[in-house]
Amino acid sequence: MTSDYNHPARRVYLDNSSTTPVRAEVLSVMLPFFAQAFGNASSIHRWGKEARVGVETAREKVAYLLGAEPSEIVFTSGGTEADNLALRSTARLLKSKGNHIITTAVEHHAVLHTCQSLEKEGFEVTYLPVDEYGMVGVESVAGAIRPGTILISVIHGQNEVGTIQPIEEIGRLAKEKGILLHTDAVQSAGKVPLKVRDLNVDLLSISSHKLYGPKGIGALYVRKSVKIAPQITGGAHERGRRAGTENVAGIVGFGEACYLAERELPEESLRLTSLRDRLIKGILDKIPDTVLNGHPSRRLPHNVNVSIKYVEGESILLNLDLMGIGASSGSACTSGSLEPSHVLLAMGLPHEVAHGSLRMTLGRMNTAEDIDYVLEVLPPIVSRLREMSAFSSLRDSRACEEGHGNVQ
Amino acid sequence: MYNDKVMDHFFNPRNVGEMENPDGVGQVGNPVCGDVMRVQIRVKDNRIEDVKFKTFGCGAAIATSSMVTEMVKGLTLDEAMEVSNKAVAEALGGLPPQKMHCSNLAADAIHEAIKDYRSKTAVSH
Repeated sequence: MTSDYNHPARRVYLDNSSTTPVRAEVLSVMLPFFAQAFGNASSIHRWGKEARVGVETAREKVAYLLGAEPSEIVFTSGGTEADNLALRSTARLLKSKGNHIITTAVEHHAVLHTCQSLEKEGFEVTYLPVDEYGMVGVESVAGAIRPGTILISVIHGQNEVGTIQPIEEIGRLAKEKGILLHTDAVQSAGKVPLKVRDLNVDLLSISSHKLYGPKGIGALYVRKSVKIAPQITGGAHERGRRAGTENVAGIVGFGEACYLAERELPEESLRLTSLRDRLIKGILDKIPDTVLNGHPSRRLPHNVNVSIKYVEGESILLNLDLMGIGASSGSACTSGSLEPSHVLLAMGLPHEVAHGSLRMTLGRMNTAEDIDYVLEVLPPIVSRLREMSAFSSLRDSRACEEGHGNVQ
Repeated sequence: MYNDKVMDHFFNPRNVGEMENPDGVGQVGNPVCGDVMRVQIRVKDNRIEDVKFKTFGCGAAIATSSMVTEMVKGLTLDEAMEVSNKAVAEALGGLPPQKMHCSNLAADAIHEAIKDYRSKTAVSH
C-alpha cells in the first residue's frame, strides 16, 4: 500500500502515553483565565480573588480524582517536577534518619535520574529487578528494606509496557515499616481507579497533559502528615511547598481534565481495554514472531507494547507515520542513545528484540475502525521490512559477536 | 529529523535483495546494536557490475545502504574502497548527528565485500 505523506488514508494517533490533546471542555474553562480573570492568585483584589477561586476549585477536582483532600494537592509544572519534589524533599528532610532509597529498574527517567543524582549526593539507592512482565515483587521490596531506608518509590502503571505494580501491597508493607512510599502515577491517572487511601501511598505524582489537560502542569499528592521541603524557593505559594506564581489557566484546565477523567473512568477504561485487547490479539495473530511486552492482564487499559522480531522499531515508526499512524518505540534509535529501552532490558529482553519494540497507546479519540486500520497496514509494513532485513540470516545471528559503535 | 533524500532512499531503497553466487559478501554491524548490513557484489573486469543489500536497522541504516549501492555500482574496486561512510552521508544530504556513528556503516559493508572478493580470488589464483 502506498500513501502520500500529507494525505494518508486515515490519521490514527496512538501515542497517548506521550501526550494527549486538550479536550474542548477543558480548553473552554481555561480561556477566561488568560485575559479576563488574569489576576495573580496571591493578590487581595477582585482580580486576584477570581484567580484564587479558579485555582482552589481546580484543586478540589484534582483531589476528587485521587480521593484526597484538597490541601494535600501541590501543583507543580508537571509529572517530572512532582517526582523530583517527592524524592529530593524526602531525601533532604529525612537525611538524619537514614540515607537509603528503594526504587525499581523500570521507573520513568524522572525518578531514575533523580535517584542517580541523589546517589551522587551520598544516598544509597537499591534498584529492584522486575520479572519478565516488568512486575516488581512485594517480597523483593521487603527484602531490600533495612535500617536507614527512608523512601520507597515504585511506578504505578509502567509508562512503556503498561504493567501495573502491586502498589497497595507495597503500601501496606511500607506503612507497617514506617517508610514513606511514593508512586509515579502519571500514566495511570484517569485510566484506572487511583484512590490514595486504597493505595496506601504518602506521595503520588500526576500530570495534566496525559489526561487531556494542558501541558506544563501537574501535581504531587502529599499525605497530610507528610512534610515537604520546597525544591523551588521564593514566595509562600502552595502553602510553602512550591514557590512561583500559579499557572492559573493551566491549573484550571488540569482540574477540569481530572474531573472529567474521574467521571468517565469506569466506562472509558472498559472501552479502552476492549480496543487494547483487539489490537494485541490482531497483531499476535496476524504477524508471526511477535511477542507482547508487559503483563497480559495487570496492564494499563490503553497500553499495547509488542516486539516485532527481525525489524527495527524506528523503521516501523517511519512507515506507520507515512500511513498516518503515530506510535512510539523503545528502540535505541528513538531514545537518542545507542541502548534500547532500560525497561525492556530489565525485563530480560535481548537487545535485538528490544530494538524491535512498538508501543501504541490508545486514547479517547480512538475507535475500533482505527484498530482495524492499524491491523490492515502494519502486517505488510513488517513483511516488507523483514524481506529487506536479511531476515533468514538474522534468525541465527545470535552467534554474531562483532560489535560496532560506542555502546555504553 | 531526516531530509527528503534520506526518506526517499528509506521508502524506495535501491538494489535491495540477494543475488545468486555473489563474488563477494560483506556484513557489518550487530543485531544487538540494532543495525546489520549485508552487501553482495558481482565483479567483472575489476569493476562492481552489480550490488545488492539487505539491512536490519533504522531509517538511516536502510537509506545509507541504498545510497552506497548507487554510488559504487560501476566503480573499480579501488575506487569503491575509497568511498567512505562520510561520503555516503554527504551524498544523502546529511544525517542527524546521532546517526553518524551508529547507523552509518554502509561503506564499511562494501569494503568488506571487496575484501572478501579479493581474498577468494587471491586463493584461487
